[in-house]
Amino acid sequence: MNKEVLNTDILVVGAGIAGISTALEAAETGFNVILIEQSPFIGGRVTQLNQYFPKLCPPSCGLEINIKRLRENPLIKLYTLAEVKDITGQKGDFEVKIAIKPTYIKDNCQNIDEIIEKCPYERKNDFDFGLSNTKVIYKAHNNAYPDKYVLDRSSLTEEQLKFLSEAFPEAIDINQKEREIYVKAGSIIWASGWQPYDAKKLDNLGYGKFPNVLTNMELERLFASNGPYGGQPKFNGFNNGILKSVAFVQCAGSRDENHLEYCSSVCCLASIKQSQYIRQLYQDCEIHIYYIDIRTPGVFEEFYNTYTQDEKIYIHRGKVAKVIGNNNGLIVEAEDTLSGKLVQRAHDLVVLAVGMQPDTQKLKLLMPEVLDKNGFVRTDIDTGIIACGVCTRPKDVASTVQESTGAVMRAIHYIKGGN
Amino acid sequence: MAENKRLGVYICSAYGIGEAIDCEKLAEDLKKIENVVICKVRKDLCTESGADEIRQDIIEHNLEGIVIGASSPRFHTEIFKFDPKIAVDRVSLREQVAWTHEPKHKETQRLALDYMMMGIAKLNTFEPPEPMILDINETVMVIGGGVTGMNAALATTKAGFNVILVEKEAELGGFYRKLYRLTPTKEPFNELMINPCEALIEEVKSDPKIEILTNTKIISTSGQPGMFDVIAKSNGEEIRFQVGTIVQATGWIPYDATKLSHLGYGLDNVLTNIELEEQFKKNTFETDKVIENVVFIQCAGSRDQNHLPYCSSVCCMTSLKQALYIREKYPHSKIYIIYKDIRTPGPYEMFYKRVQSEDNIFLTKGEIKFVQKVNGHLNVTVGSTLLGDEISIDADLLVLATGMVPTTAVEENGNKSESEGEPQEIPLSGNRIIHSNILNLTYRQGPELPLLKYGFPDSHYICFPYETRRTGIYAAGTVRAPMDSVSAKSDAYGAALKAIQALVNIKKGTALHPRSGDMSFPDFFLQRCTQCKRCTEECPFGTLDEDDKGTPKPNPNRCRRCAICMGACPERIISFKNYSVRMISEMIKSIYIPTEEEDGEAPPRILCFMCENDAYPSLDIVAAKKIKYTPYVRIIPLRCLGSTSISWIADSLSQGFDGVILFGCKYGDDYQCHFIRGSEIANTRMENVQEKLKQLALEPERVELHMLSIDEYDKIPGIFNRFAELIEKIGPNPYKEM
Repeated sequence: MNKEVLNTDILVVGAGIAGISTALEAAETGFNVILIEQSPFIGGRVTQLNQYFPKLCPPSCGLEINIKRLRENPLIKLYTLAEVKDITGQKGDFEVKIAIKPTYIKDNCQNIDEIIEKCPYERKNDFDFGLSNTKVIYKAHNNAYPDKYVLDRSSLTEEQLKFLSEAFPEAIDINQKEREIYVKAGSIIWASGWQPYDAKKLDNLGYGKFPNVLTNMELERLFASNGPYGGQPKFNGFNNGILKSVAFVQCAGSRDENHLEYCSSVCCLASIKQSQYIRQLYQDCEIHIYYIDIRTPGVFEEFYNTYTQDEKIYIHRGKVAKVIGNNNGLIVEAEDTLSGKLVQRAHDLVVLAVGMQPDTQKLKLLMPEVLDKNGFVRTDIDTGIIACGVCTRPKDVASTVQESTGAVMRAIHYIKGGN
Repeated sequence: MAENKRLGVYICSAYGIGEAIDCEKLAEDLKKIENVVICKVRKDLCTESGADEIRQDIIEHNLEGIVIGASSPRFHTEIFKFDPKIAVDRVSLREQVAWTHEPKHKETQRLALDYMMMGIAKLNTFEPPEPMILDINETVMVIGGGVTGMNAALATTKAGFNVILVEKEAELGGFYRKLYRLTPTKEPFNELMINPCEALIEEVKSDPKIEILTNTKIISTSGQPGMFDVIAKSNGEEIRFQVGTIVQATGWIPYDATKLSHLGYGLDNVLTNIELEEQFKKNTFETDKVIENVVFIQCAGSRDQNHLPYCSSVCCMTSLKQALYIREKYPHSKIYIIYKDIRTPGPYEMFYKRVQSEDNIFLTKGEIKFVQKVNGHLNVTVGSTLLGDEISIDADLLVLATGMVPTTAVEENGNKSESEGEPQEIPLSGNRIIHSNILNLTYRQGPELPLLKYGFPDSHYICFPYETRRTGIYAAGTVRAPMDSVSAKSDAYGAALKAIQALVNIKKGTALHPRSGDMSFPDFFLQRCTQCKRCTEECPFGTLDEDDKGTPKPNPNRCRRCAICMGACPERIISFKNYSVRMISEMIKSIYIPTEEEDGEAPPRILCFMCENDAYPSLDIVAAKKIKYTPYVRIIPLRCLGSTSISWIADSLSQGFDGVILFGCKYGDDYQCHFIRGSEIANTRMENVQEKLKQLALEPERVELHMLSIDEYDKIPGIFNRFAELIEKIGPNPYKEM
């Protein structure tokens, strides 16, 4: 079989906000770009967020402009459901093997919405961190780009698959095959992003044990207008679902040698932002933020000052020791280091501000030498792999876009044969 | 020539369109139009074979334009790609008609016909834009020879462009050069690093593509990207040169410590972090003194409403570093760092841990109550400590961790700090300019980059950190935000990339973000200009200068094609080939207004102008959710709501429209407008609209303006339906039957 080989100046791996920004800045400077993304849609983590700090504005606003730029730029080729399998060569001359998974859904199916309605099988919705279900034929969210539907075969038994393909032959094609392409690129920009730290490892904080202990990313989905509750979340089991008191546990697994030794940089701002989601929906709800240090660098200080002036927001210096459940809800036990006392407070909902972990498993397999011990891609030495976004260091969206723009400059240097 | 293009019109009958409207009837109606050469209905239009048929028709029938009534232009873009000389309009029959309105209803059919007619009217006035290509200078000027400027210069030359590097001091290096050691920037993040500044300076000096101008200040910068004319004073001589684009890396100055007497500044043995750093660098830090207790006060003048309200981001790291300097010289001293919060983001946490683990370095959260001299000794009293007690420390040395002030926030001559321009008629978000004597632009809107909060020359600081409100000029490094040298280098690379990207695009005659690739530019029919100056005042990018009389002098390379000037102009003399007052007017005129006399009924007609960046795409989400709304509304997308011409509203009302509704992005301090303040400007024009309504003796409620975020799509149907009800209550526009 003939190898399908594509030539490009820059290969961008990961189409979250870092990868998209990189691809656009490179293409708008005149370079050819191949942009690959392992999900069926682009936008990555930011598409899961309800709002950005500090403007409390929707991520889809900036993404819309970016996707428009991307759609209209002939220098960018986008492949979704695409994964790097192998990297050979060196800077200036890489060859990368990429596998592209099929959707098992025919491109020109005109009544896909009806078919989804009729489809009897569901799957856990990973886009909502399992807080909702979708049918096994699904689109990640209502504004997903590309406008692509996918059949999740892994959630189906052979019989169910057979049933579906016979029931909906106009939509489903189970004979679609994974294909491979080879990309020859002058440089690779790695922008594979991050995973929320696995809250299940924080067993003292009650995650997985109590339904009202959530992670900060789950809270984003609950309040997002394209989330499981259309932005009006329901909490069960107390006060008829009216939240009276919510705790935010900062550094849940961050700045902690047993978990992530580094600071995840954005969680303080994220919790202050999320306190506003709750305050806007529940006028009488108290917010208690338990922190070690509040880290709101630069002009973000104003965001911190503005929102913590709210008389219903209390900030307590102290690391949370544990979260206990009782009949009345949840008890947070923390050492209040300002008063030196061990305090217990009851809350209806506990939000764990879990940190960011670089999503660099693939590089760990293929080029382990480019990673530091925490799994971030090194930027202090020239490894040949240019990286940007949270896979180099925890950071916010603005810093990610800034770094992504700078990464293009380094890619150009590689293409021009320098360093 | 632009009139009556030979048009092909295509209607898709799939995706529910065929069930909602009578596509054949629609085609019959459209075939009656004189310049519609061919009109087809296809069930698989949105496929390669559908697009191929159109491509064949273009050749066979010599078509000049095509109107495609199918899915929204946000979908199937990859399929509908044609020769760029062919004018194309995509009409959302699927999203704005079939999926959102009563199937087979008379009003739904009328809606479809109107939208197709609007598409045809649009193409009849549309001319394919031709890029304006000018000879340009491709040198990048970097202002500031510190860590950011030097890295920006090197990045630029490695990418193949020449650089002129301007530095006001006699030597390169800036504050970076004054650093004794650097905080660790790599694993294991625990050892101080030798400052590599001298090597960097050498690299810059030996780069033949960098022309270094030290002892140089810019007297004036005029012209536009690709052809900035710079006059500078270099070593006492006036020099002139031309550059293409500019990176402003002018850095920061330390916060004025003389304002910190409450923290002991001015007393003996009280230094700022900068002074301490310089003493270590120059090896002048006294070693024969007895130093037992050293106190660092964090946030000295930062995070303080009376001084700098923001956090300077690097001072915690600096004090931790300087604690190690002291520790090295005085192994037995006790070092106290008094802080509000320790801010060591990301992996710098590991450095914090390392310093924390040192013996006799005490990190204490607390607030400084006072600093005083007691019996010739410095005494620092700290309250609100973690232990709840007040502590008192006798210090042999007190170091104030002062913050960073961007050079753009500093008035050079201590004079007026506001723009000297005429008082603005409208309060414009973030439009402040301080005479910092850096660029000295000869722009009509002021001499420096416009500032956001606290004097940082930023623009859209979340999604588009290099958006810049002065095209071709990019701020980088600590002038843009407080940051360390690692971030400054990365920022330098980003800004340098934008500087060369601007050159690449200007050379091709294409627009920069957000209308990337747009080849249109505004034409001014100056014979009819009344010198009202609205266009020169309202342009968010300072594109237009003025001559003595007030006639605008366009600078096309500064332009970002938002068309706010077009909306501003009461004489309607500003237009783009592919976007003009006349184009939208023709679209409005093409909408049929039913009357009792002709049709036996006169359902209301509402005209809607929508920002194409946010509100308009959200219509597609409404459609995907199959939410129905009133069929009385006819929606026209605009480049920016700021491009709305009052004449469209006035004309539509005299034409018989019963109401007009506008949707723009959120404005104010946290504006979401992609052209900085277009929606805000549109809102200020509503006063004139109310004046017009009065003249026409129409109710003021007939015109509404809404701010809408893209995620507020669920509000749109409700707003439309309520407005339609309101209009029905007010009753038909009396001009309808005239």
